[in-house]
Amino acid sequence: MSLLEIRDLEVQFPTRRGLFVAVAGVTLTVEPGQILGVVGESGAGKSTIGNAVIGLLEPPGQIGGGQVRLDGRRIDDLPDAEKRRIRGRRIGMIFQDPLTSLDPLQTIESQLVETIQIHLGLDLAAARSRAVDLLRQVGIPEPELRVKQYPHQFSGGMRQRVVIALALCAEPEVVIADEPTTALDVSIQAQILDLLRRLCRERSVGMIIITHDMGVIAEVTDRVAVMYRGRVVEEGPTAKILGDPDHAYTRALIGAVPRPDVRLHRFPYVDYIEGLAGKPRATLSLREHWLGRSRDFGQAPGRDGGPLLEIEGLGIRFPMNNAWLPRNRRYLDAVQDVAFSIGEGETFGLVGESGSGKSTIARLITGLYRPSTGRIRFAGTEVSALTRDRDLNPFRRQIQMIFQDPFSSLNPRLRVMDIVAEPIRFHRLAGSRREVETVVRDLLEHVGLGARAAEKFPHEFSGGQRQRICIARALATRPRFLVCDEPTSALDVSIQAQILNLLKDLQDELRLTMLFISHDLPVIRQMCDRVGVMRHGRLLEIAATEDLFERPQHPYTRELLSLMPRFDGLSREGLQVEDSGDAASPSARDLG
Amino acid sequence: MAEIQAETRGRLASLADSDLWHSFKGSPVTIASALVALLLVLGALLAPVVAPHNPFDLASLDIMAANLPPVWAEGGDPAYPLGTDDQGRDVLSAILYGARISLLVGFASVLLSILIGVSLGLVSGYVGGRLDAVIMRVADVQLSFPAILIALLIDGAARGLLPRDLHESLALYVLVFAIGFSGWVQYARTVRGATMVESRKEYVQAAQIIGIGPATILRRHILPNVMGPVLVIATIHLAIAIITEATLSFLGVGVPPTSPSLGTLIRFGNEYLFSGQWWISIFPGVVLVLLVLSVNLLGDWLRDALNPRLR
Repeated sequence: MSLLEIRDLEVQFPTRRGLFVAVAGVTLTVEPGQILGVVGESGAGKSTIGNAVIGLLEPPGQIGGGQVRLDGRRIDDLPDAEKRRIRGRRIGMIFQDPLTSLDPLQTIESQLVETIQIHLGLDLAAARSRAVDLLRQVGIPEPELRVKQYPHQFSGGMRQRVVIALALCAEPEVVIADEPTTALDVSIQAQILDLLRRLCRERSVGMIIITHDMGVIAEVTDRVAVMYRGRVVEEGPTAKILGDPDHAYTRALIGAVPRPDVRLHRFPYVDYIEGLAGKPRATLSLREHWLGRSRDFGQAPGRDGGPLLEIEGLGIRFPMNNAWLPRNRRYLDAVQDVAFSIGEGETFGLVGESGSGKSTIARLITGLYRPSTGRIRFAGTEVSALTRDRDLNPFRRQIQMIFQDPFSSLNPRLRVMDIVAEPIRFHRLAGSRREVETVVRDLLEHVGLGARAAEKFPHEFSGGQRQRICIARALATRPRFLVCDEPTSALDVSIQAQILNLLKDLQDELRLTMLFISHDLPVIRQMCDRVGVMRHGRLLEIAATEDLFERPQHPYTRELLSLMPRFDGLSREGLQVEDSGDAASPSARDLG
Repeated sequence: MAEIQAETRGRLASLADSDLWHSFKGSPVTIASALVALLLVLGALLAPVVAPHNPFDLASLDIMAANLPPVWAEGGDPAYPLGTDDQGRDVLSAILYGARISLLVGFASVLLSILIGVSLGLVSGYVGGRLDAVIMRVADVQLSFPAILIALLIDGAARGLLPRDLHESLALYVLVFAIGFSGWVQYARTVRGATMVESRKEYVQAAQIIGIGPATILRRHILPNVMGPVLVIATIHLAIAIITEATLSFLGVGVPPTSPSLGTLIRFGNEYLFSGQWWISIFPGVVLVLLVLSVNLLGDWLRDALNPRLR
């Protein structure tokens, strides 16, 4: 008999358009002292399982079949009052966002004491000393002082520790953690995972960790269940599932995780997802096609071997306040003294934490911001000195951008046809209306969406499909230079792999030059030829990708690399690695 | 052709399947108020056809039929279902014609408010800086006066500046302008806020990168995305505009007495209220209340139905 047993669980959401089955036929067991990982992409039903177990399904969700047993007793059919008694007392819950799972108006102590008193019935003094004790156990320094503080006085990682203390305060037998580290920085993530693992062992608590992150799974879980479209496709010991999975989906999922240690030519196995299998991407003969024809880049300098984009001493400052007197104004230097150049056909990466100025550089290059200092030279012309639309438009056509958030980068009121056609019409790149429409359909076909997508609105597409529309729009001006600002950070890992593959294909076909911005080092490694590392608006180091990963010079780069998640994907034998050269070099893992 | 037909049928079907229609069907109060509003609007629009008499045709007025009570009271005449006023005008017909004026002024002034408010809000939110500050301070100043005071001010100024007979013929336009101009602030503020949110979104940046100018971006990209809340405000504002018109007409500064609106009718009847001829004033009042109430309820429903957070 297991501690927690989920048998044939089915969760349904009745809607006006019929019954939506979110989870079907899920059977899982958790033993004391064991961590079970539930992994899958968004919409796979992972969180729904957790919510169903503790009876917190959002209405109109309901359990349509199966059983949940805690210590052999059925708990899914208990009345609400008894479910409440189990929740918190016997099953603890840790949510994703430590900001919203604590009450901002109450001290940590009063929140802990309240929960302890409800579940354990201790008197106030005993509950207080227990609260302090708990904080010490989850690794909060000076718990006697900090217990009197409010949630906003804690950092994100510390707050998540408090949430864990809250989940543990009634000595539960089972803890369900729903994306416990997703909102945290990588360095803090590692600490929290260590803590969870230690607590789980010491108290022999059974734990379910729900996550989309293979790195988390690899780090702490004993067993893992892989979910796909509401079903568990594979379940077993973590080492076996990650090293040698049986199911095609698991292989696709693991293959899609960007590897930090080796550069692959393309991500393998990604065609399992999003129904693209068996639908080969249309290949166009670019010589004849509009996309390849008359790229009219004028005199086309840069062919002589000089770099396509040169940046010197670039800087921008934003006013922080709106004072009338100049001496009262304060400025933020978002970017300071940045210089680099990108050669034709090259992919240059910019990496750094949020707020380091990466996206600001993208917006400076695309002309959304005007630099305060420095020069941007494109194909020999100093574009940062141009002001008139007539002079700028040829360069606007050559420089296009792909944005981070596919949900806000498409106008929800326009059809995809009009979205993609807009740049063509604006720059008068096609002769007739008919030609514009043909070109848009070809473009949509080319990015793997199919021509029929043109008649639909953006909300009819998933995140990955929307990003394809964005790519089609960016290609519609026949650009020469593409700025990709975190193009995949809002996407699931398998979709990310598809989009990155698509970008690589397009780059090969169209000889595009790219600036690729990301905070994700493994992605940078897969995509870029050279990389610049940024912090606080300054460029710290520029190096060829392999050099940067194998022989980082700047201490900050070393620190970043050491925090990189330790998930190396399938074992070598499971993959046909198309190595880009030096697989023999020491891998990133030695640098940590 | 067949393709186009399939397309329209698809749109109709998607409308019937939409959340909006569904929430409409699920709310009896909304259905009732929609019916009442529809009935009143149709009655007003079709007044020349459905009204039993023409209250403005002096030749058809019969002084013998003056001050008749409604048909169900003692002495009522079936030819005048809601009775007649002191000059023998049919109250029902006067109400239908009066509602026409009220609705006309209401819709026209709301449109004017939207035109002023949405344009200023778009520019203010998109351009920002000094221009934004100036527009918003003007809005703040205007908000510190009651709307009715501003309308009275504009009306009074027009009266003072225009020659008497010219004012008579322009009275309706002056009224629309007065009410419309006093209501733009709310649109400007709402649209400014929504514009600031939208203009930071990446689809606007994408358009800027393509090179598209501010006017086109505002019209083509931002405007359609900020119109949702405007619709909601407009519905509720319509009710307010009708009330404002009625108030002004009741005070005698609104539409000329030769084309009385509901407010004018209430004012006329007011003098006879205490001599027993209550119907002259009460029936226009009831119609005004029904009209405003149903429009208001529709506005409330629209606000809730379009607000995803309340779903």
